[in-house]
Amino acid sequence: MEHSVTIEYARCRGCTTCMKSCPTEAIRVRRGKATILKERCVDCGECIRSCPHKAIRASSDSISHLQDFRYNVALPDPVLYGQFQNLDSIDFVLEGLTRVGFDAVFETAKGSGLLSDYARRYPPDPDPLPRPAISSACPAVLRLIRIRFPQLLEHITSTITPVELAAILARQKAVLETGLAPGEIGVFSIVPCSAQVTAAHTPDDLQQPVLDGALSIRDLYLRLLTPMKQIGTPRTFSTAGKAGVRWAFCGGEANARSGSERFLAVDGMDSVIRVLEAIEDNRVPDVDFVELSACTQGCVGGCLTVEDPFVSTMRLRHLIRNLPDFASNFDAEVGDPGLIQADKELEFAPVFLLDTDRTAAMEKMTAIHELERRLPGLLCGSCGAPSCHAFAEDVILGRADRSDCIFQVRARMKAMTGNEDPDDYLPTPFRRRKPPDSDPTHT
Amino acid sequence: MEPVKLVYPVEGGDLIEAGEASSKMKMTLKKLGLPPDVIRRASICMYEGEINMVIHADGGRAEVDVGMDEIVIRMIDQGPGIPDVGKAMEEGFSTAGDMARDLGFGAGMGLPNMKRYSDDMSIETKVGTGTTVTIRIKI
Repeated sequence: MEHSVTIEYARCRGCTTCMKSCPTEAIRVRRGKATILKERCVDCGECIRSCPHKAIRASSDSISHLQDFRYNVALPDPVLYGQFQNLDSIDFVLEGLTRVGFDAVFETAKGSGLLSDYARRYPPDPDPLPRPAISSACPAVLRLIRIRFPQLLEHITSTITPVELAAILARQKAVLETGLAPGEIGVFSIVPCSAQVTAAHTPDDLQQPVLDGALSIRDLYLRLLTPMKQIGTPRTFSTAGKAGVRWAFCGGEANARSGSERFLAVDGMDSVIRVLEAIEDNRVPDVDFVELSACTQGCVGGCLTVEDPFVSTMRLRHLIRNLPDFASNFDAEVGDPGLIQADKELEFAPVFLLDTDRTAAMEKMTAIHELERRLPGLLCGSCGAPSCHAFAEDVILGRADRSDCIFQVRARMKAMTGNEDPDDYLPTPFRRRKPPDSDPTHT
Repeated sequence: MEPVKLVYPVEGGDLIEAGEASSKMKMTLKKLGLPPDVIRRASICMYEGEINMVIHADGGRAEVDVGMDEIVIRMIDQGPGIPDVGKAMEEGFSTAGDMARDLGFGAGMGLPNMKRYSDDMSIETKVGTGTTVTIRIKI
């Protein structure tokens, strides 16, 4: 699977809302339906959130996939814990998972806790890694940096993500306990977002995926409700500490690192892009570490969650209040730092490049600007592109036709019929020439 | 091969939003596939120039010519002009007002940074008329 974000054509009205919300301008409307330019999509889920017709969804794996394996381990993202009302302890969620088809549970928060412990014991040597170091935790942000900020790829920490570490350790543990072959063990993450589903299948930092699939928090939440109510005393226990669980919200990862670091914790794609631009320009020279989340409030705001991110943050804080701050010891529980190193170099994906030949790229750019100057600049979306600039680019690159701009066509038609009034080709709300009787900005 | 000509108006008055022009230019340069180091230097120079125009001249415009071998950025304003260019080029010297300083600007590094990151820099200025700062970066 290349992308989790999927458009349901039957429900899509081609209303252009998603197209305008996409931070990488990856969506176009064609034949009345939204379509995604695959190479630009980073699976951030903004389109899913903005769609008024619920026509876009994040696909994830089905629980029936567990049947392909002899022994199944669940890797719940800590965001799952914050979805439930009146929850006294994380243990109820973990026990519940063993009653919906899983044989064992290994918390993703354990993976985060171990990575936090590693970061505290072995603060990065300032020389090799250019400052600021950038977290690799959010797969959508990682893809964004790959396509738009390649210069910052070397800033990204080279450790694998919490769920990847959890998957490796979970499989090792299951093999030891059951005697089965690694391939007979099903290791499934339970994730809050589309980006995590895609990352499970096609990780950017590993040659081979370490997960067998990713189930959505939304699916598991519904399945867990009834079984959880039937639990008297849980027999499965959380081994994560506060530090690990806190990665669920923005600032969690950064706060768990060495106390002497100066850090930024940024959430939301708009803010993330703004900060990356500033880092690229060297306008944040006094920062050691940057945590970036595509979603509001961090992973709690993912598009596959059930509860409001602010509410689940509150619940998580309450759930972890009695846990130890740090419950993981990297040296004792993992030992080999090689285990957490990414084995695949993050590659620049030049999806915005106009042409690999510089002269051709320059000619196209000039042609784009020439065309753009003649467009109305209304960003109305009627051409099926998110902006007049994007439309001009689409035309020059052969993705669209000049006549797709309805205002241009009507202008030409009116000119041909000899109509003198240039405003006449515009819909009434946009006509400027007739002086308004009163202030047009207030009706 | 004609250079690609870009023009970015810089609005005066809005110091908090300043930086938009350099951000737009960066995206254009990325689409052209210029080396990242060149893009970074051009962006820093343009950003500093933008800030200067907003702080001192109530805005202006930036004209960027992207050729095969070099980028030329001209920052043109109709502000008060620079009475003493030598002093203005000194690190730490700034004539920025209180509000700009309150917002964290006015460290006096703008023009020196532009000189540092460009391959060539020249300033034409006339008190009471305006200023044009031209920088060149080799590709």
